[in-house]
Amino acid sequence: MTLTSNAPAAPIEVHDLTVAYHHRPVLWDVDAAFPESQLIAVVGPNGAGKSTLIKAIMGLVPLASGEVRVFGKPVNETRRLVAYVPQRESVDWDFPTTALDVVLMGRYGHLSLFGRPRKRDREIARQSLEKVGMQDFAHRQISQLSGGQQQRVFLARALAQQTKVYLMDEPFAGVDAATEKAIVVLLQELRAEGSTVVVVHHDLQSVPEYFDSVMLLNLRLVAFGDVASTFTPENLHKTYGGRLNLLTEVGEKLRRQEWNARQ
Amino acid sequence: MTIGALPPWLSFFTLPSINVRLVLSGCIILGLCSGVLGCFTFLRKRALLGDALSHAALPGVCMAFLLTGTKDPLIILAGAAVSCWLGAISVDLITRYTRCKEDSALGMVLSVYFAVGIMLLTSIQHSGNAAQSGLDKFLLGKAPSMLDRDVWTLTILSVIILGAVAVAYKEFKIISFDPGFAQTLGLPVRVLEVVLATLIVLAVVVGIQAVGVVLMSAMLVTPAAAARFWTDRLSIMAVLAGVFGALSGAAGAYISYLGPGMPTGPWMVIAVTSLFAFSLLFAPLRGFVPRFNRTRRTRRRTAQENILRTLYVLGERENRLDASCSETELLKYRPMRASALLSTLSQLEKKGLVAEDSAGCYALTSDGIETGARLTRLHRLWELYLATKLELAADHVHDDAEEIEHIITPELEARLTAALANPGEDPHARRIPGGHPAAQAGEQT
Repeated sequence: MTLTSNAPAAPIEVHDLTVAYHHRPVLWDVDAAFPESQLIAVVGPNGAGKSTLIKAIMGLVPLASGEVRVFGKPVNETRRLVAYVPQRESVDWDFPTTALDVVLMGRYGHLSLFGRPRKRDREIARQSLEKVGMQDFAHRQISQLSGGQQQRVFLARALAQQTKVYLMDEPFAGVDAATEKAIVVLLQELRAEGSTVVVVHHDLQSVPEYFDSVMLLNLRLVAFGDVASTFTPENLHKTYGGRLNLLTEVGEKLRRQEWNARQ
Repeated sequence: MTIGALPPWLSFFTLPSINVRLVLSGCIILGLCSGVLGCFTFLRKRALLGDALSHAALPGVCMAFLLTGTKDPLIILAGAAVSCWLGAISVDLITRYTRCKEDSALGMVLSVYFAVGIMLLTSIQHSGNAAQSGLDKFLLGKAPSMLDRDVWTLTILSVIILGAVAVAYKEFKIISFDPGFAQTLGLPVRVLEVVLATLIVLAVVVGIQAVGVVLMSAMLVTPAAAARFWTDRLSIMAVLAGVFGALSGAAGAYISYLGPGMPTGPWMVIAVTSLFAFSLLFAPLRGFVPRFNRTRRTRRRTAQENILRTLYVLGERENRLDASCSETELLKYRPMRASALLSTLSQLEKKGLVAEDSAGCYALTSDGIETGARLTRLHRLWELYLATKLELAADHVHDDAEEIEHIITPELEARLTAALANPGEDPHARRIPGGHPAAQAGEQT
């Protein structure tokens, strides 16, 4: 394995990653090392497996094969090093709790099981809300927040984890222009502090403006590298054009046979 | 008057017999536990889980009796807990390894376990075993026949349940809100879910004594659903749900004391559902009636402000802001039902903003002129804002301003004024009351 080399391990490495839902692969053989201190966009059409990749890295979906390493270690040993921002729609915002309470949940990984948040945790949560410009809404019930504000609460929760690696699933989806700008500024601050931020992104136009590197994904890794050399019309055509009929059909066959691709 | 002579509806409160005390405390404990725990199943949208698990308890009750031949509460409840647990595992296995969704799994488990339970129960009843009498009480509860031992068992179980919720509150909260995120933090989500399911099993076991397997799920769902109307905080919701559950427990015990034929369990369910109905209607935050009142107040205020502004604009045209105006004239400029106009005018009169003269015409008072001027100012500021900042055509801005003038706060007004540099004229070249004096002087020349 190449992991024994002396070069410092990348924040996230995935090796030969394949993920299947009900035996049907939705991601094939993804192999990539995410560079440090960069803003990295994950781009691809609907159903390309972008969210699945993020979830696989976070250990939320089982891997059919392959492995994920965070700073060279298996992800289970390094949970506290990776912060995750799920899609906003993944939770019920009518839950009886306040914005500050949600952000405080970002501290739970630092607390012992059954341990109560301490004053310092509350302080960090409050500062995180402030960083996303939501300090005035700390005690607001979360269903009373706008979509953009809810997204900022989720970002603040990740900030409260105080880590170096962030995985964000569509943080720009359905947010207003002001929130989008605030998020971009925040991402740039994180990069300046040396953090690595991986963002599932939908808006192709803003990729060159916002990001350093881009991963083009469509069921398999199409291209990955710095925006200048990777975000090219040919690569985009490979990602979005031309349906991968054969790949989809084979996947469908695997599902019907109920046979794991990697068994 | 001696205690013995009190009418039953009063004598209950003196807790006249050991039996009354036992039934009352048993019902309160059950309501408290299921109320608190129900919050988490309710918020995790697993309300049906309680229903499936309580039905799944019946075969366990029967098996425990068949195997040991006693009706000792500890043994019977242990049997109930085991088969509840098997029910929970069945639901989990079905959802995980087949393509059935959770609701189908719950439906299947509920009916299959209940069917087996009824089969066992029937065969026990026909076995001629004299000791079996009363086992069927687990179907619909047997609160009035609770014994010392039963209540002690319930007390211990409830201490376990409430203690566990107090200790793992933070963890139960996060797995209810965002289990995926909890997993990424490294929390043992799976274990916590199993613990929560086990606590629900215990609550069901507590409940089937008094309410029975058929009605138990109401005690898990309804107190939480009622409590949700009153608060936006989980901690308060849990306490409220516990209180609601305990109150309905007490109510059930009370009613069955009044009429000895009255079943406790069903009355508890009726009581908790009444609490739910009351919350649905009257809870200040989310209740139907307060919400309706808020809408009505807003609508009424909007109507009043519309009339004030109409009178003000009509006054402007006549260069006399306290010019009087008949109802017909008002209706011409502000089409609405005549009866609504009359009631709005009389509300304004009561507030001293409008005065009616001997001819039956209405004019603004000095207070009315002040309010009318402010509303007109807001209306015209907003029109100007839309026309200049959003570049809308001047003839398209009126309807928007018509709505916005009612909701602009003084802070928003200040920001509007600043953004527009305290203008003197709206897009229709009408004077903005309180606008820039120089601009207004210019307008007059």
